[in-house]
This record gives sequence, structure tokens and C-alpha cells, in this order.
Amino acid sequence: MEYEIKPRSRIHLNFSELWLFRELTYFFVWRDIKIKYKQTVLGASWAILQPVLLMLIFTLFFSRIIGQKELSMPYPAFVFSGLIFWNVFASGLANAGNSMVSNANIIKKIYFPRIIIPISSVLSTLVDFSISFVLFLILTFIYPMEISWLSMIIVLPISLCIVLFTTFGLGSLLAALNVKYRDFRYVIPFFIQILLFLTPVIYPVSIIPEGILLDILLLNPLATALDIFRAAVSGAEMDFMLMTRGLLFSVVLLIAGMLYFRKTEYYFADLA
Amino acid sequence: MRPILEIRNISKKFKIRHELQPYLTFRDKILSILTLHKTSSSEEFWALKNVTFDVMAGETIGIIGKNGAGKSTLLKILSRITPPSEGKIICRGRVASLLEVGTGFHPELTGRENIFLNGSILGMKRREILAKFNQIVEFAGVERFLDTPLKHFSSGMQLRLAFAVAAFLEPEILIIDEVLAVGDAEFQRKCMGKMDEVAHSGRTVIFVSHNMNAVTTLCHKSVLIRNGEIAGFGETESIVDQYLKGESENSCYRNWADNVPPTGDEIAQLMDARLMDESLNTIDHIELDESIGVEFRFKVKKGGQKLVPNIHIFTNKGEYVFVSHPEFDLNTSETGIYKTAMWIPPNLLNQGIYYVGIALSTLANVTVHFYVQDALNFEVIENIEKRKSDFRQHIPGVIRPQLDWRFDKE
Repeated sequence: MEYEIKPRSRIHLNFSELWLFRELTYFFVWRDIKIKYKQTVLGASWAILQPVLLMLIFTLFFSRIIGQKELSMPYPAFVFSGLIFWNVFASGLANAGNSMVSNANIIKKIYFPRIIIPISSVLSTLVDFSISFVLFLILTFIYPMEISWLSMIIVLPISLCIVLFTTFGLGSLLAALNVKYRDFRYVIPFFIQILLFLTPVIYPVSIIPEGILLDILLLNPLATALDIFRAAVSGAEMDFMLMTRGLLFSVVLLIAGMLYFRKTEYYFADLA
Repeated sequence: MRPILEIRNISKKFKIRHELQPYLTFRDKILSILTLHKTSSSEEFWALKNVTFDVMAGETIGIIGKNGAGKSTLLKILSRITPPSEGKIICRGRVASLLEVGTGFHPELTGRENIFLNGSILGMKRREILAKFNQIVEFAGVERFLDTPLKHFSSGMQLRLAFAVAAFLEPEILIIDEVLAVGDAEFQRKCMGKMDEVAHSGRTVIFVSHNMNAVTTLCHKSVLIRNGEIAGFGETESIVDQYLKGESENSCYRNWADNVPPTGDEIAQLMDARLMDESLNTIDHIELDESIGVEFRFKVKKGGQKLVPNIHIFTNKGEYVFVSHPEFDLNTSETGIYKTAMWIPPNLLNQGIYYVGIALSTLANVTVHFYVQDALNFEVIENIEKRKSDFRQHIPGVIRPQLDWRFDKE
């Protein structure tokens, strides 16, 4: 093994190095999951309580406002199908955005590709995702609804990829900015709050009238992810155009975030 | 054979921001864009300049120099934590760096979990950790606490666990910052033994330390860094000698005569002080078997007082070693300048750095006329070659007297 240490010349994503450090990524994910529920009385049951309570609250307040005719499934199942993805994004972004600052003591003492820190904080949300996905399946049995299993199984990984790519792209961007400008510590929760309303989590896309507003909303890859997943569950025809566009946008966000991160990561140890 | 590490013209530049803020705020950035001028001035500072040397496989290299000379920056560049501004390093081997022990330890995780996490952060594969797990636990002596969260460990246990994981790293090149300066004596001995083993197992070791004894025992060759540049590279003994003669921070002479306000009161004032060897040369270090004299001069401005000079010795950790004053009264009824000296006999202080406090008091009603706490300091060094036994490691303790041992057969 031979390599050079020299001043930064050009940015490249260096995926082969990431592969070398896959075990460390695994350990970081494992650590984040372990720590999350240690010292809590209810432990991992929080992973169940959180989305269920949110669903109950949203159902209580919004199910009457949003008419059933707009929805392809009962409101509780509808909002839950949004929340399972939204939680990956919201907690993934919050964790990733703060990850570089909270791991500063490690960054200053040892070398590894820094990007595995935001990667692992996003990946650790997948445990909660799996738990709440099972809950969603249970909900579909409780409420009388038709499910198109085949299309759901096809679309689920696509939606999840869109959400993960978006979360990771924005997360690594915010993580890098947070090291440089600590203002972003306050920006991140605010940004997540705003996005909850700009993403059709608690309301269906169909209540937005066709036109410029809808076009803007669908630029948001999260909106696409939710829309195609719900459509698939209820067995509607798949909109490949929308799917491709959503994937494409999320990949653009992913690459942009990673490039910015790679550009600044050399100086993290000096700044953190 | 090609060197395992080729360090070529490494320089590192830092920008010092005069605002003294550790990080930027977005507002600063926006303001500086809007107002088109900088909100803070910055100055360039070269922490390292044109550092070039080669390390051959199997060598142990010591890096020594004063605080702020650039040792840590060089280590950080070698361990890829921060990039150099200029130059390059070619590495031909797996590098592991130990800039601290226990990096990534988490208080909520158990001992077992922390071994895996820390090992992985240090660059060990899961398989390697599994294979050495029992040895690590045994070395740390924490078998009973493996499944206890780390926060319930004593700090000594945490340190032992941390060092134990690090001790079983097997990279081709090992970079170590002064991690030995911690822990109790028993544990330090264990660490030194392990380091010695590593150094003699054919691995390449780069070791930064203030402990000249440790450097001399462990390293064949050393690099002396002064103000970011290489001031010397060669056999450890000559480099350590060069450092002790010219570089060390020991102050062996100080002058207070012109201080305003004067160091003292209306009765007496401290003039100057120095450390000297038996032939009265001013020196800043002695060997174990040499005596050292502390001499100071003071001006008596008002006669007729019973003045008692006293000298306080501290270790560099701040422990009080002793205080001494003469058993007789100085005849200082007349004004004028007086000189007094105290001799510390050979074979009293162990090797290490000692601080000297200088004071003048009147004992009758306990008045202190002056007291300068860190007036001088000196280092006691040990020439290991002079030891009669085969034991070559650090001998702990503040004092190191040669005592009378009897040995009879009953």
C-alpha cells in the first residue's frame, strides 16, 4: 500500500476509499443506534410510540379538514405512509447536520474519510424506518383498504432511495456548513419545520390545484417519493416520468452535497 | 531499500484571525461581502517550513522540540488529519496514529462495545479485534467490568482500557504522541514495556515526547524541530544533547534587579538567582549523581532584621518536594547586597524537571519579604549507562536516594 499526502489538488468522491472504510461505517451506525435508546426508560419502544402518537394527533386534527374523497386510503394510514419516510428525512437530516460538530473530538485525532460520519448518521435512521414500516403494514390490516402488494414492493425501494439520497445530499451539505458557520445549528431545525409543510406528508398532493404551485411542489423529491409510494399502495397506475424525475433530482442533491463536503473536509480538523 | 516514509519539503501555513473567534459566523461572511472589506485582519503563520527527512522501515524516530515548535502539526500531517500547505509525503505502509488514547470512547457503551468501536476507529478490522479481544481485556485488567457502561469505570480503568486497545494495533508505521505522560507508575511501566516491545518488533515508530528519558530509551534516531524547521536529525543521544543545551525551557538564571515595582518590600528586594554546578558554572540540568546549587542575591534596604532565606522545590506536576532554610541566622544588620546559596546533594532527586521557588522571610512574626514561585527550573537527567543493574526502564518516584542495603545469609 503506497499513497501520498499532499496539498489538496482536485476534488473527487473517491468511492474506493469509502469501500475500504466500510467496517468503520458499520461501527458508527451501530454506535448511533445503540446510544440513541440507551438511558431511556422506554428504550426502543420510542421507535413505535413516536410515529404512532404523531399519526393520532394528525388524524385528530386533519382528518376532518381533508375530505376522504381526496385520499386513496383512510387518513390514519395515509398520514402514516408519509410519516415513515418523513422521519427518515427529518431525523437523518438533523443527525447528519450536527454529526461533524458532535464528532469533532474524533475528527481531530484520527484520519478516515470524513464523509462516513454523515453517511452513518443517515443510515442509522433505517432501523426506525423498518419498525415503522411494519407498523404501517399492521395499519393496513386494521383499516379496511385494498393494497396492491406488487407495486408497493417495487416502488418502496425507489421511494426510499429518493428520500435517502435527498437526506444525505442535504445532510452532508449542512454538516460541512455547520463546521464552518455555526449558525447552521439553528438553521437545521427551522429548515426541517418549514419542509414539513412544503412536503405532502399530512395532506395529499391532490388538494393543490394544478398550476405553477403544484409544479414547484413536485420539484421537491420528497414530495415525489411520497406521491409515488401512496399511488403504488393504492394500486394506481405508475407514473414513470415522475419517478425518474424524483430520482434524478435526489441524485443531483446527493452529488452536490457530497462535492461540497469533499471540498471542505480537508480543513475540518483545523476548524472544528 | 526505499524509505517507508519520505517527507519532502512539508510546510504548513495557518491564518491567524485577529478576532480570536474559533469559527466563522455566517453574518461575518455576509457582512464582509456586503461591505466589501474584511471584518477581521488575518496574518499568515508558518507552523512548519520545509521539513524534509526519510524514515526507513523498522526505525524508531523521536521528534523533540519546545512547545509550539511544530511537533504536533507534523504529527497531524503525518496522520492525515490536516493537509500540508506545501510539499508531500510518500507513505509505503499502513499508518496508525495514536494522538490520544481512547479516541471515540463513549460513556454510555459498555467496556466490550468500546473495545470494538475504538479498535475500529484506530483502523483495526473486526476480525483482528475479535482475535485479540482476550489479550486486550487481560492487558487492561477489566474482565469483571466488560459489560458495565464506561461511565462507571474509574478514570484509571478507562485509561488502561484505552491503552490496551492501542497496544494491540499492528500497523507498519505507528505514530505516537505523548500518551505515556498519564496514568499511575505501575501502568506507565507496563506501557513503556509494551512500547519497547513494539519498537523492537521491527515496526516503524514515530514518537513525540517531552520525556527525554523515554526518547533516549526508545528511539535510535531523532529529529529536533525549532520554530517549524528541522534543527537537527541524527543519533538520538546527540540530538537530545543539542536540545538540552540550547533548546530546553529550563531557566537557570534570572534577574529581578530592575523590576518596577521591585520584587520585594521596604526591607529587602530580590536581585537575581541562578543554578550552578560544583564548579560554579551556571547550568540548567544535572545528572542524578551530581549536586546542584541554588544561589540568589538580595538587597537589604533596612538593617536590623532577622532575615531567613528559604528555597522551595516542586516537581513539574506541582507536588511540593521540600522547603529548606538555613539553621542559623544571617547577620544582616547592615544594608547592602547579600548572596546566599543552597546545595542539593547528589542522588536525592529522581530524574525529571523541578521548579524552584525563592523567598526571604522573617520568622519571628512570619513576614514574607518576597516570594517568587517559579523563579528557576532545572532538569535532572539520568545517564542510563551508569546504572549498575540491567534494569533499563523508568524508575518512578520523586526522590531517588541511594540507600544502604544489607544482604546476609541466616
